[in-house]
Amino acid sequence: MKHWFGSLRILAIIALVVLGTQTFPQSSWAEDHSIVVASTTSTQDSGLFGYLLPIVKRKTGIEVKVLAQGTGQALDTARRGDADVVFVHAKSAEEKFLAEGFGVKRYPVMYNDFVVIGPKGDPAGIKGKDVLTALQTIKTRAAPFVSRGDHSGTHIAELKLWKEAGIDIVNDRGSWYKEIGQGMGAALNMASASNAYVLSDRGTWLAFQNRGDLTVLVESDKRLFNQYGVMLVNPVKHPTVKKEPGQRFIDFLISPEGQNAIAGYKINGQQLFYPNANDPNA
Amino acid sequence: MNDFTQALDVAASLISRFDPELSQIVGLSLGVSLTASLVAFAIGAPLGTALAIYRVRGRVGLIVVANALLGLPPVVVGLAVYLLLSRSGPLGALGILFTPTAMVIAQAILGIPIVIALVHRIMVDVWARYGDALLVDGASRLRATLPLMAIGRDGLLTAFLAAFGRAIAEVGAIIIVGGNVHGYTRTMTTAIALETSKGELSLALALGIILIILSMTVSGLSFLIGRILTGR
Repeated sequence: MKHWFGSLRILAIIALVVLGTQTFPQSSWAEDHSIVVASTTSTQDSGLFGYLLPIVKRKTGIEVKVLAQGTGQALDTARRGDADVVFVHAKSAEEKFLAEGFGVKRYPVMYNDFVVIGPKGDPAGIKGKDVLTALQTIKTRAAPFVSRGDHSGTHIAELKLWKEAGIDIVNDRGSWYKEIGQGMGAALNMASASNAYVLSDRGTWLAFQNRGDLTVLVESDKRLFNQYGVMLVNPVKHPTVKKEPGQRFIDFLISPEGQNAIAGYKINGQQLFYPNANDPNA
Repeated sequence: MNDFTQALDVAASLISRFDPELSQIVGLSLGVSLTASLVAFAIGAPLGTALAIYRVRGRVGLIVVANALLGLPPVVVGLAVYLLLSRSGPLGALGILFTPTAMVIAQAILGIPIVIALVHRIMVDVWARYGDALLVDGASRLRATLPLMAIGRDGLLTAFLAAFGRAIAEVGAIIIVGGNVHGYTRTMTTAIALETSKGELSLALALGIILIILSMTVSGLSFLIGRILTGR
């Protein structure tokens, strides 16, 4: 009967080891100085946050925990009170969020642009065309097209472009139109693997490593403008919102210092985001 | 094969220079998954044993449920825990959504049915073989529980490792309740998902290789400790 304590001892030792070496870095996240920012996959996948957050920490002392979720999900997380700040890119959805009373105020922060990506061979022949003609051509040729399909800012922009091109994409799609319901990176991976066309924000594209045969085919069309905005979640709706550090984070982003920092983020010498906090119409 | 050799190179270089970010992620993965599987074991093992010994009403139903829940989709568990812990949910006041604690809860829930089902299966056999003897010795069913668990200890270790395997490998639940926050709730699996989405496929695969090495180490160590302590 003595042996059978063995297994209990094993478990006790494992338990002690685990509890003893518990590496949860909870202590380093001082409550008052950390905020949760619900944001889009593009701000993370492009590497912007990796570059910007250490600067924010140094200048303001605020630890930012980023949830990279896509605009629709990010706004929903904030609606539930699970984030302090939202940093997204779909003005219409942001204004709806404000109108519902979930946000305090929207501040424009920066912009970049969307690009239509496709295989170098360009089987549908859209290179250099304006974006609406390009989409019409893709539809006519039934060329494979990957859609985010996740209510992200990029997906919302894509749906708006199809509409402007006079195409009812919900009813007029064929098997060439693949709605994957995933993030920008996943959409680019799929386009790369299947030589399909895809709409991407330029930031994610520039940082993306698995390009395969893909290249930028349509760009510099004013319809491809992509504006980012930031909002504090309304503390009246959710009293747990960390109002003071949240607002300080926003104030830093729109300050000349923060705007310069954003402009300074480059990949291979190419600037990814253009600050425009001073543009009242953005 | 180029992708695989490249991944092996990346993995070797990450390990050899003891990458600080990787160490932090590995520490969190091990911490969360070991804690979760221990919690699952602490809850599931006594339940599984009791189900083997006692003839209570609804016993069969519970066993069927535990076995069915072996296939519990992590993403569903993640979503349910998310809704419970959300500020707008019933346990929102705890404020533990997007923390390692939330990840432990989700993974423990995934592990409990595994432990119950496996421990029950083992204990039924052990009870059939030794139950009568233990009762003849004058032990009550309750007092027979510990000796019984001791006899079936190898099986219990397997149940624990199965729960741990489930926890360390899953991504669906923890990415929802943890949020994959850099430096805080990013684990091996959520980092793999992230690197894949950034198109960093060799780095993602390298992390996968390291994860497998890690799992093997934990499994090996458990058996080794078991051997040493039981003197076999």
